[in-house]
Amino acid sequence: MTAESSFSLLGILTAQDISFVHTFEHPGMSEFIDASAGGVMVMGGIIVIALLTYYRGWHALWCDWLTSVDHKKVGIMYIVVAFVMLARAIIEGVLMRYQQSIAVNDPGILSPDHFGQLFSTHGSIMIFFVAMPFVTGMMNYIMPQQIGARDVSFPLLNAISLWLTAAGAALVMISLVVGKFSTGGWTAYPPYTGIEFSPGEGVDYWIWSISLASIGSTLTGLNFATTIYKNRAPGMTLFRMPLFCWTSLCTSILMIFAMAPLTIATLMLALDRYAGFHFFTNDLGGNMMNYANLFWLFGHPEVYILILPAFGVFSEVISTFSGKTIYGYKSLVIATMSIAVLSFTVWLHHFFTMGQGANVNVIFGIATMLIGVPTGVKVYDWLLTMVRGRIRLTTAMLFSVMFLVTFVIGGLTGVILANPPVDFAVHNSLFLVAHFHNMVIPGVLFGMIAGYQFWFPKAFGFRLAERWGKVSFWCWSFGFYLTFMPLYVLGLMGAMRRTVEWFRPEYLGWLQVSFVGALLLFSGFLFLCVQLVVSIRQRDQRRVPAGDPWDGRSLEWSNSSPPPEYNFAVIPDVTGQDAFTRIKQQGQAYASPIAYEDIVVPKNSIVAPVIGIAAIMFGFALVWHIWWLVVFSFVCMWGAVIARSFVTETERVIPASKVRADHEAWLQQVRECATTPREQENTSVNVGRAEVLT
Amino acid sequence: MQNVVSMRRNQELPKILVRSAGVLLLLTSSVVAASDGFINPAGPVAEALRDHLIFIVVVMAIVIAPLFIALPWVLWRYRLGTKSGSYQPNWEFSWPLEVLIWGLPAVIVGVLSWNLWHQSYELDPYKPLAATEAPLEVQAIALDWKWVFIYPEQDVASVNELMIVAGRPVRFRLTSGTVMQSFMIPRLGGQIYTMAGMVTQLNLLASEPGQFRGLNTQYNGMGFANQKFMTHAVSQADFDTWAVNMSESKPPLNQTAWAQLAKPSVLASPQSFGSVAEGLFTGVIADFTGGYHHIKADGTDL
Repeated sequence: MTAESSFSLLGILTAQDISFVHTFEHPGMSEFIDASAGGVMVMGGIIVIALLTYYRGWHALWCDWLTSVDHKKVGIMYIVVAFVMLARAIIEGVLMRYQQSIAVNDPGILSPDHFGQLFSTHGSIMIFFVAMPFVTGMMNYIMPQQIGARDVSFPLLNAISLWLTAAGAALVMISLVVGKFSTGGWTAYPPYTGIEFSPGEGVDYWIWSISLASIGSTLTGLNFATTIYKNRAPGMTLFRMPLFCWTSLCTSILMIFAMAPLTIATLMLALDRYAGFHFFTNDLGGNMMNYANLFWLFGHPEVYILILPAFGVFSEVISTFSGKTIYGYKSLVIATMSIAVLSFTVWLHHFFTMGQGANVNVIFGIATMLIGVPTGVKVYDWLLTMVRGRIRLTTAMLFSVMFLVTFVIGGLTGVILANPPVDFAVHNSLFLVAHFHNMVIPGVLFGMIAGYQFWFPKAFGFRLAERWGKVSFWCWSFGFYLTFMPLYVLGLMGAMRRTVEWFRPEYLGWLQVSFVGALLLFSGFLFLCVQLVVSIRQRDQRRVPAGDPWDGRSLEWSNSSPPPEYNFAVIPDVTGQDAFTRIKQQGQAYASPIAYEDIVVPKNSIVAPVIGIAAIMFGFALVWHIWWLVVFSFVCMWGAVIARSFVTETERVIPASKVRADHEAWLQQVRECATTPREQENTSVNVGRAEVLT
Repeated sequence: MQNVVSMRRNQELPKILVRSAGVLLLLTSSVVAASDGFINPAGPVAEALRDHLIFIVVVMAIVIAPLFIALPWVLWRYRLGTKSGSYQPNWEFSWPLEVLIWGLPAVIVGVLSWNLWHQSYELDPYKPLAATEAPLEVQAIALDWKWVFIYPEQDVASVNELMIVAGRPVRFRLTSGTVMQSFMIPRLGGQIYTMAGMVTQLNLLASEPGQFRGLNTQYNGMGFANQKFMTHAVSQADFDTWAVNMSESKPPLNQTAWAQLAKPSVLASPQSFGSVAEGLFTGVIADFTGGYHHIKADGTDL
């Protein structure tokens, strides 16, 4: 940081930091790609604004969505954020695979600086702004309905979490056009990311986007854990909860304890960079090993924060599409809890190679392999859930089956990496890159896509087109194997990650296959988009107003699709596991309740959007040292919180008569619906009322 | 008739799959075996790492293989519309199976843990390698984007080129004059981080004379991809000749030369130095530790 002699309203921001200006002045392939990406983003924004204006959608967007604190809408908005960010990060992945596939004894098309930004944004976005919002959105939408609740414990806080995450995502997007992003990878290890070695704005973009998202996730964890502890319907004991709720609970607990070290680590790094502190610098007592410990104290539980909810989805999907109760429910609960606890005891395996000696490595190596036991149990429990069932290979089920097959390969390579001696040889190599993609793509992404296919009709009232879903599935599956199996081989051949140019001709073929696979993965994403568009166009033939298209087993299937904002007209009484299946088998489904009561729901609030927009300004101002804006946006954020504390009318009442009218009308509609046998669940016969097998 | 054809097709398909998988595996292993990764070892450390890897894969196959076999069978047998396979929607537990699915992974992990324990001590990078000869001492300093090797006993230094003696262990002491990096010669063994103000150690051995690629595996900026060096394993006699030639004909590695090296750059070709300023290695460490030295000037521990 140089001492500025003149005060600037824009801090250290100059015209040259805008990517279009930069590209105009320094034309080149790499710069052109950078500017095009920025251009696409800006155009996308303009098109969305134009469409909203043309269709007069602003009012609906603001009143029905942006200011809403309904957990279902918050959940959907989280997933929209995840999809938008996925589009960017997957293209970045393809671009990196292309660069590597042509860069054998050749500089390729990307500059080292651009490549560095790409792997940093790809990793940061995929973890913090695709996987996290997808998982959080899924839990938001489903978990309260499964436990028979009307909302989460703190609805406004929930919306604030969303807006903080979205603000972090917005900062990463802004970095595409204004300035550069970090080249320090998603882990941002100092001292490389310190001010001495990375003096630009890039690392600051990383710090503030991750800090905002991490605070959002901490709040989510507190909110969801409280919801599960306090908001369950009568009779919904912990051991009657669907497994998705158990995994949500474990994830929430992990979020509470694991996000804090990340927030602390990023803020300490910020103090190093902004205020001349020496937490992680090379000299004056700094020690980067502390950063590695703090980061991975978050980083390893993070893996399970992401993967446990996906495990929950697989449990629901496999059980439902096998037409059978889950095998080994208690076993699965114990396994989930064991994984959650053990996940805090293994962080050191991310740096076996730091020189701490065999004693420490042995302990963390064995702890890591121990996680393999409950994970193996879960895999076999899912297999046994299918045994003696009646299996329907729908898109959601196909993703779950492919997960089982693929995930155990990742488990094998995970055990390999857990062994310190072997880790010394493959650490930092493409073998490692292949391993974590092998866990996260089947383990998290397939889980989230399966959940999206499974619950989409619940959220929007119509089924997705199975044909396009299956096309997408095959693209994702073959794409995964073609992309990442060659990376395992390359890792064993001594190819390292984050390499912009190669000097070994024998890598070429493998890298080319991997690029073809990446293209397939991208087509998998495109076909998901096609599926969505086709389904929306055919929505009238795909409607499931009765709300139970898959013969569902848990409570969310007992209400209409989409559900009313209060979820349940009357809170159900739960008598055991698979609550809705029981109700159906007892012939109690769609019976009129004896009495209705007034329902209290939270009012919309502008507090969350105000905090979110102020948070974007806050982060942006910090990145560019625009101090007046830092102060202003900080005051806005806390001003909104303080102002909110003076608002006493935060809820509104839906009178019992209105609830009765709506609910009875829906019940009447359901009773007129024909029941669907499972053989016809993907035809227009299926209007969401399942044939009950006795 | 059609059934028979489709049945035959059904039987042939697995055969084709197994065969093509076998061919693929063979092809892969032959390519990999000829590569310059640790999987194609040129020394005892890399060889032990490779064997350890194979052991894990074989043991893990015991829990993984059943899933690959059972899953397609279950999907087929219990498909919707089948007459075979009973439908028991409430079947949810069996003690024998429960013992098996907890027990088998637990036993496997037990075996692997026992092995991990022993191998981790056996293959500790700090542990001197068993050999009749005393190890060759090499001090390695990571810079942006190059490696500096100091041979304290010979009082010579080379940059981006490493000379070692085939059949004689090498003991590396490593530090960094810049950001954290990771030192690795894949065909000889594993890697170890280098950090400013700290010393890490690594013991390697090349069994036969040869040339082996070495590199930094930890991303450290624009020149990362170019931070590589060649390791030459030669006979003791050739090594001695090389060292003498170096002392006689190459410039000294003094403060001026060091200042030039320490600037971030990618070198076009390796550099050699005929003598090394007293205490250069410890000085690089002390620069970051307020003058405190971790090791003596001759490279031994305090």
